[in-house]
Parts: sequence; structure tokens; C-alpha cells
Amino acid sequence: MKGINSMTTIAENELTPEQVRDSKIYTQWGLTEVEYELIVKTLKRLPNFTETGIFSGMWSEHVSYKKSKPILKKFWSTNERVLQGPGEGAGILDIGDGQAVVFKAESHNHPSFVEPYEGAATGVGGILRDIFSMGAQPIAVLDSLRFGELDDPHTRHIVDGVIAGIAGYGNAIGIPTVGGEISFDSVYSGNPLVNVMAVGLIDQAAMQVGQARGVGNSIIYVGAKTGRDGINGASFASAEFSTDHESDRSAVQVGDPFLEKLVMDATLKAVREHSDIIVGIQDMGAAGLLSSSSEMAAKAGMGITLNLNLVPQRELHMTPYELMLSESQERMLLVVKRDEEQAIIDLFKEADLDAVVIGEVTDNGRYILEFDKGIVADLPIDFLTHAPKQDLPMTKPERMSTFNDTQYEPDIADLKATILAIMSQQTIASKASLFRHFDSMVRADTVIKPGGDASLVRVRGTKKALAMTTDVNARYLYLNPFVGAKMAVAEAARNIVSTGALPIGITDGLNFGSPDNPEVYYELDQSVAGINVVAQQLNTPVISGNVSLYNETDGQAIYPTPMIGMVGLLDDVNQAMTIGFKNPGDIIYLIGKTEDSFNGSEIQKMQTGKIDGQLFDFDDEAELVAQKLVRSAIHKELINSAHDLSEGGLIVGLLESSFQNTLGFDIDTQQDAKYLFSETPSRFVVSVSPELSDEFESIASGYATKLGHVTHSDEISIKTSTQNVHLSLVETVKVYQESISCQLKD
Amino acid sequence: MKAAVISFPGSNCDFDMLYALKDFGIDVQIVFAKENNLDEFDAIFLPGGFSYGDYLRTGAIARFSPIMSAVTKAANEGKLIVGVCNGFQILTEAGLLPGQLLVNKNPGFICEEVPLKVVNNNTNFSNAYSLNETIMIPIAHGEGNYFADDEVLTELENNHQVVFRYGNNPNGSLNDIAGIMNEKGNVFGMMPHPERAVEKVTGNIDGQNFFKSILSGILNQA
Repeated sequence: MKGINSMTTIAENELTPEQVRDSKIYTQWGLTEVEYELIVKTLKRLPNFTETGIFSGMWSEHVSYKKSKPILKKFWSTNERVLQGPGEGAGILDIGDGQAVVFKAESHNHPSFVEPYEGAATGVGGILRDIFSMGAQPIAVLDSLRFGELDDPHTRHIVDGVIAGIAGYGNAIGIPTVGGEISFDSVYSGNPLVNVMAVGLIDQAAMQVGQARGVGNSIIYVGAKTGRDGINGASFASAEFSTDHESDRSAVQVGDPFLEKLVMDATLKAVREHSDIIVGIQDMGAAGLLSSSSEMAAKAGMGITLNLNLVPQRELHMTPYELMLSESQERMLLVVKRDEEQAIIDLFKEADLDAVVIGEVTDNGRYILEFDKGIVADLPIDFLTHAPKQDLPMTKPERMSTFNDTQYEPDIADLKATILAIMSQQTIASKASLFRHFDSMVRADTVIKPGGDASLVRVRGTKKALAMTTDVNARYLYLNPFVGAKMAVAEAARNIVSTGALPIGITDGLNFGSPDNPEVYYELDQSVAGINVVAQQLNTPVISGNVSLYNETDGQAIYPTPMIGMVGLLDDVNQAMTIGFKNPGDIIYLIGKTEDSFNGSEIQKMQTGKIDGQLFDFDDEAELVAQKLVRSAIHKELINSAHDLSEGGLIVGLLESSFQNTLGFDIDTQQDAKYLFSETPSRFVVSVSPELSDEFESIASGYATKLGHVTHSDEISIKTSTQNVHLSLVETVKVYQESISCQLKD
Repeated sequence: MKAAVISFPGSNCDFDMLYALKDFGIDVQIVFAKENNLDEFDAIFLPGGFSYGDYLRTGAIARFSPIMSAVTKAANEGKLIVGVCNGFQILTEAGLLPGQLLVNKNPGFICEEVPLKVVNNNTNFSNAYSLNETIMIPIAHGEGNYFADDEVLTELENNHQVVFRYGNNPNGSLNDIAGIMNEKGNVFGMMPHPERAVEKVTGNIDGQNFFKSILSGILNQA
């Protein structure tokens, strides 16, 4: 055996360090020439095969965020509630009474395109591990999904697989899928987005972090055995797609929700019963054992030595490279006080799970891997975990300077036909036929199920409830990433406010094209800037998130799509508000002003087939006023329904409120009919009992416009200053409900 | 008077059932599938979930777990045995209830509130409902399509062993069967989840009378 700091040994049948250098295999793994040279210079020797693989995983964008970090560090992420900001498995916010909410979002875009079922399923599994590795009980999952359009058979195949994968994993592990959103646009046909957000609950006393402190403490490997699935998946996720890379299929992992449930329950039990001897917990996600172990040591400023022969393996003859870069699912790493390991091992054994000491914490700052009695890697941890940052150039996208500054003029010659057409659009039509495959009720805490603005989950044993939503309209960001990002945060907050809850924090899922394209890098920078502005206005810090770059296939990038996951706190669950009209006779009000806001709108897309022109304005002040008004009206128990307006505008909001309890309405907008489709932000539709309307108007004066009232009949009657229309509720519901399932059939 | 909720590895509605029973004042505790004695309990609940992952046929592994011999013993002693969703599937696999739960007619997991008709209210599981009353109870399953051969079906109908029927059959179950009991009337299984319909705050209380029925049944026995 060779000594530390000398040349390391190599495993059988691997390229020698010289062959690695000469063959430049590292470029296939995503390392650049400059990075490789830096490694050689710093190590003062050639890295061997395993070490080169280790760098390629750790320095991939997916793990290191080397390209996005200069932008990400601008996120505003502290306020009085923040107990844990970005940098750990998930962020944590104080919700009072010694409790805290833990949440994070993660993307599984590339795997879901290659292997939709397993890609989506393991996305759910991965984000849940992030939550319970903090010591928190997961209580809900939300999905933010973007697909190509349903007339494409391959898209239909992806939709089917992704929905089944989320259902297959989430339903089995028993964490409800309570919400999210799904939309369709051809820019996603080669790069579907599968972003999963998970929310957990924790007693503040039980919070865990992923750190390896204390010399001599043991590293315990827990859960599934390691196989050859997902090897170097992090590098795979950090590259663009090309349609001739069919063989990338092998980089997708396979999920086992049953095993994860055992791991989850046992980990949470260990946290409850042995918090005195557990030093740190980290899930094995991107770059598997490698990333989890090196990051735990780096965060604590320590070193780590692992004996790879001790890693539980489900395949024969696995090499150190494979063991370190496998992304096999349902695995966790625990750091436990020396000589106290047996209690933890016994606890996992009781649940029929592998729990094995595979190494220890050291104080030499080195990342050392032993294998077959030799040392196969010996690297400085600080260097390994700090990929050289890249300052990338950014330029304002060419398209933005060509956009016309006049707003699109909708064609509404036939108002009835236009309304029915809007309700049948893929973006607008009901997604219930997809969401019904998800168990939204397991754990019996779901107060507002999918189909509302935000979902609401009560905190058992208290009067509190947590509202949660995911949102972003990427069309707006395509037109203007800064303003569009502001609108995304605002809309997520309006969703939360519609339930009566106070928005308290954000997790993001930043989905973009290649950062090496200066225009894409500009989009990323401007999106983060826009998110920050509104996040601070709303006092909703960004406490966790995920970046997914290289969402390009054959050179076509997706729209900039920063998914905003937001959580809100409702103090009294009995005040929970829903979007549906409740009683015939209730008066319908529109909160907020409606303007010419048609560029980037659903009606523009529907009528012209594209998104074009300068994005309409966002009025920060109007947004805050509208949100405050709605929350206050809910808390004063003045309103019976509240629904935020977004894609499709007022007409879509009114009809969705109408469909919930099958009640008609009779309104007069006193505006040109085209404004039914305007997407001016910062608006809500609310309904109020006639006897409370004076009181409501006294607090809403100047902000609310009376539109009409809820009716008992099947008839929907709409007057405008230019046209009137009558619709059958039954017929309109049918269009809304059946459009997606019709298009999904081959 | 005590009740047990059996937790199989992969059960995920065990605590939902436990909380619902506690809400009705029942002294109840979780018993793991590794145990093999249920003598101290008067009523036994097999909850929903994916026991042992259910990667094979649902319930096919669970029926061999140690606790099942104790469940069978309790059933033979006339104690109340209730299986919901995966619990129902396990009871059919174990032969404690007739028939089988197949993959839904249109394959795929469905989570939805569906109308059920109470077609026998003279049972330990439905006596608090009115006869032919329609209630809304959530379903959440991919394999809830009840199947039995003609002979068994005829027997079930003749003995009034069908307790709940679907109003709008969501999964292809024969005779719209949603819940059945054994001939003796002490073992019962249903696919819908009454434990998810007991609190106003979560929007549905139609399951309350299911637990009230069981409570009166247990009290009658005690």
C-alpha cells in the first residue's frame, strides 16, 4: 500500500493516469482542459482514473453550481423566520410554537426526458430525502411540470410516464401530492421540466444538518445497496442534449418507494430517539456517495476516509469510480459519534435496512478512498468541493430589442366561441384528469386539494395550516425576464393569499438553457434580480432551491422558467378560503385594475400561435395593496371565495370559481369585451354575501369593482360595453374538463 | 376494549386510521406485522398502503407476515376485523374474505371522492347509516376492481354480505362492490377510505358513521 500524498493505486482494467491525460476522457465527463490542468497543477501529479471521475462529478454544474453561483449568491435569504437558508438539504422557517417548516424544490428534467417514469419517480424520491435528512417529516409534495404540446405523440408518451412515475413513487411512500401546475408549450418538447417541491414539518429542537464534525466519528451508510444505475448522472444533467445520444438511458436511476419509506421512517426514528449521538445526516443525491461525503466534511472543515470495500453493493466487481459516482436511490449517509454506532445500526437493522460503518471523520482535510487495501484517491477536500468559479458574459437577448411596444389586439368577433376556445386551451383546461392519479389525501391533513389557487395542509394538533403553491408563467419571462420573474413571485403569493395564508418563504427551481450562451446567462441574472425585488417586498426570503441548466436540445433553449415554490402560514385553519362561489346571490367583485395586457397572454398565443411584443407592466404597489386587501377581508370573514387571476384573465377566473360548486353568474364588466382576456397582474375575483357588501366596500373602496352576482341557474350571463354573451354552465364545464383527456388519447 | 392498527412495512394509512379511531375515543395502538399475538385486542384494523411495496400482487406478501396468523385467529374468535384499501386486499389474499381485487378497469391509480350506497345497514360496520343512503368517501387505489366467480357473487348477494356499492363504478368492480363482509359478519373489507372523511376541516365527515357503527359493534361485544 502506498502512503498518503504519494501516487495512488489504480484498479484493474482502468486507464492509467497517463492514459487519462492522453485520451482526454475527462472532456467526455464534462471537465474542461483548463480545469484538468488546474487539477494537475494543484495535485502536483496526474490524477488517476477514479480521481478524475471524482472531479468531473464534483465540478459538474449540477453539483458545484460553478456557473450559476455568482448569480445565486445574490438571492435574498434572511429574515426573522429563517432558521436555515440555502446550503443544506433544505431551508427551514420558524412557524411558531417551537415548530418549523422545511421545504425545497428539485428538478429531474433530463432523466424525465430519457426515461419519463423513473426520471419523475426518482425526482420525488430525491426531494423527499432532502427533507427528511434535515430531520423533518415530509407532509406534502407539489409538482411543477412543463411539457411540449399534446399534438406530439412523443410528448404524450412523456406526459403519461411522468404522471405515472410521480404517482408510482409518491402514492406508495404515502406523502400526498397536494398541488403544483402543469402546462404545455412547444419549447419544452425536447426538454420537459419536472420540478418537484417537498414540504416537511419539524420540531425546532430536532433540526439536523449535513455536517461531518468530530475527529474519529463514524460515517454510516444507510439504505439501498449501490448499483451501477445513474453513474455520473450529475455530469449527464450538466450537458445539453442531442437527439443522437440515445445511449444516455443508462444514466437514469431506478426508484424503490417501498425502500425509501423504510429509510425515511427509520431515519426519523433515529432523529427522535438518538439526536444526542447523530452528528450529521445527508442524503445521497447528485454524485451520490462522493458528493454527500465530501460536502459533509467540507462544511465542517474536516477530512474523511472511506473504505469502499465496505459499501453495500448489489452488483459484482464494481470499481471505485462506479461506487463513488453511482446515483442509486434510497441511500443516506449519517455521521455518528464514535463508539455509539451500534444503537443506530440496530435501529436500521430492525427495519431490515443495511447500516454499515464505511469510514471516519479525520482532521487532515483530505478526501481519502481506500479500496482493495490500496488508496485510490487522495485529494484536498477544500479544493475538491470548490470548483473554480466561472464568470460568464451576459448580453440582453437580441429578441428583446425587436419587440413591438404596442399590445396585441385580440380578435373577439365571436365572443362565445372565443371563451369556449380559451377554456379548452392546454394551459387553461382542467388538469384534474392528470392530478387524479396522485394521492392528494393520504395522511388525512389535506384541507385544500389540487384545483384551487394554492393547496392547504393543516398542522395536526394545532389550528395552523400551511399553504403551498408552485407557479411561473415563462411566456412573460421570455418577453422580459426581470419583470416576468417579479410577476411569478407575485402570482405565487396571490395563490397563497387566496387561501387566507400569509406568504412566508420561497424555494426556486431555476430552469434555463445553456449558461454558456450570454443571452441565457442574462436571463438567469435578470430572473434572480426580479425574484429578489418582490421577495423582499413580500418578506418571503428564498431559503432553498435548485438550478437546472442546459435545458436545450439541438440548440433550442426553453423559455427562462424560474419556478417559484411558495409556502404560506394560516394561523386559523377554520378561516381557510377557497376559490369556488358558495351561494346564489353573493356579490362578485373584481379587485385590481384591468389594462391592455395582452403581449404574452393566452389569447395572443391562441390566436397567433406565438408570444410576441413588449411585456405589459407590473405595478409593485398595486400588487401589495391587492394582497393585503384580500387577506384582511378573509380574516374579517367578509368574503366567501377568493381566486387570483392569471392566464386567460378575468373570464377564466370567473368560470373556475363558477365550476367548483356548479353555480352560474350574471355580470356586467362595463368595459370592452376584450378585457375579459387581459392578463393584468395583481387582480382577484371575490364573492361577498349581500349583507356584508357595505362593510366589504368600505375596506375595498377604490380597489374593487362590483361585477354582478352568483346565480343558481345553469346560465352564465356576461355583459360588456361592446358585446353580451350567454353560456351554458354545463356545456362550458364539459369543454374545460374534457379537453386534456381528449387530447391525451391517441 | 382495545383496538389494534396493524402496520405492515409499506403501510401508509396506519396513522390516519389510528387518529380516526382515537377521535372516536377508542383505545387503539399500532401493532407491527412482525408481532404474532393479538389476544389483548377486541378489534383489528388493517390500513391502506403498499405492504412490502406490493410490487407483486397487492397483499400477496403481506398475507405471509407473522401477524396474519394472529389476525386469522382473532377472526375465528369472532373479533371485528376491518381492512381498508390495502387492508381489504390483504384480507382477500389471506382468504378471510372472498374474491380478489384486480387492476382497475382503466389501469391507473385514482384518488377521488366517490358516491357510495349503503346497501346493508344491519352490520357492525354500517348500522349508523340509513339503508340506501348515499355517502361520499374518497378512494385512492390502482387495484380496486372487485372480482369473484358467479357462485361466490351469488352467495354474497343472497347472504347480504355486500355492505357498500359504488354509485358510479370507478374501477370495474363486479356488482359495483365497494365493501363486503364475511358470512359471520365480523370480518369486513372496503376499498374506499372512511378514515379520510371524519373531520370537517378536511372537508368531508361522511365517514364518521362508519366509525360510530364499529364503536357500537365493539361495545355490543364487550
